[in-house]
Amino acid sequence: MKLNKATRFALFSVLELANNPEHHLSATDIANKFDISSHHLLKVLHSLVRARLVGSVRGAGGGYRFIGNPKRITLLDIVEIFEDIRLPPVEAEAADDTEIGNALSQIMHEIDEITIATLNSISVETFLKTMHFYQDDLPKSTN
Amino acid sequence: MNYHNLKIEKLQKTVESMSAKAINNFLIRDAVTNDISEIVKLDAQNTGLEKNEYWKAAFDRFGNGNGGFFLVAESDQHFCGYILGEIRAWEFGSPPCGWVFAIGVHNDAREMGIGSKLFKSICQHFQQVGIEKVRTMLARSDHLNMSFFRSQGMRGGPFIQLEINVSE
Repeated sequence: MKLNKATRFALFSVLELANNPEHHLSATDIANKFDISSHHLLKVLHSLVRARLVGSVRGAGGGYRFIGNPKRITLLDIVEIFEDIRLPPVEAEAADDTEIGNALSQIMHEIDEITIATLNSISVETFLKTMHFYQDDLPKSTN
Repeated sequence: MNYHNLKIEKLQKTVESMSAKAINNFLIRDAVTNDISEIVKLDAQNTGLEKNEYWKAAFDRFGNGNGGFFLVAESDQHFCGYILGEIRAWEFGSPPCGWVFAIGVHNDAREMGIGSKLFKSICQHFQQVGIEKVRTMLARSDHLNMSFFRSQGMRGGPFIQLEINVSE
């Protein structure tokens, strides 16, 4: 599954902020850490503020912090602010009335269901608590 | 007093007892025959199905260290949860691994670390007999257990569950 850029930036932001609950982080702090565009990130953070997952404080010492419930907010909750990956009600698409089209559509549906169940089963707290298990699987640098 | 009222009364006693002890103080031990009725009730509460024969057979097969690990959690001598698993080997090339196929924690005793302790205990049992991987299988729609096992560090493994209607 490929998430769009805004969704990835939102996940980076929420998880980084939730991992530093005592600190306010600026958009630049987050952008620098993940090597992403701070201009684009600001728009994403604005959406997260509107969704009440992130709070912002202006001025010196200000910045953003996670204000959601880390035990309850799941990766799916964050993803869904930026893209609709919920399974649509079953409605016919082109060629679904053919045997091949119908079978292909159901296989894609099966994959979507697994994706949604996985994202919905991982809370922010679980992610932060278990992310070290993935350490061995870091992609090797090509440099 | 009907079964429902009996259940409520028992639950209230359990919860009162747990609250009084702030619930840090629970014990994980091997299941014994007397636990079966509590396991049946808790499973019925969680799944809506009362499966007396299944649990008796499961205890005969996996209890008392026979072929598996059947553990329960108790607090102040009150039953509050169970976990059940066995070792499976060489299914489609899978080296011996631990399989957890049932876990239940009393509704009012959740989020107190009991499920985590049950899971850690059964993992230790598996580890003691040389098992390195523990697996489970659950419904995609079972958000409660999916979230629980994820919170324990479990993740998607290299095997996938498939099924067919044999009438097709």
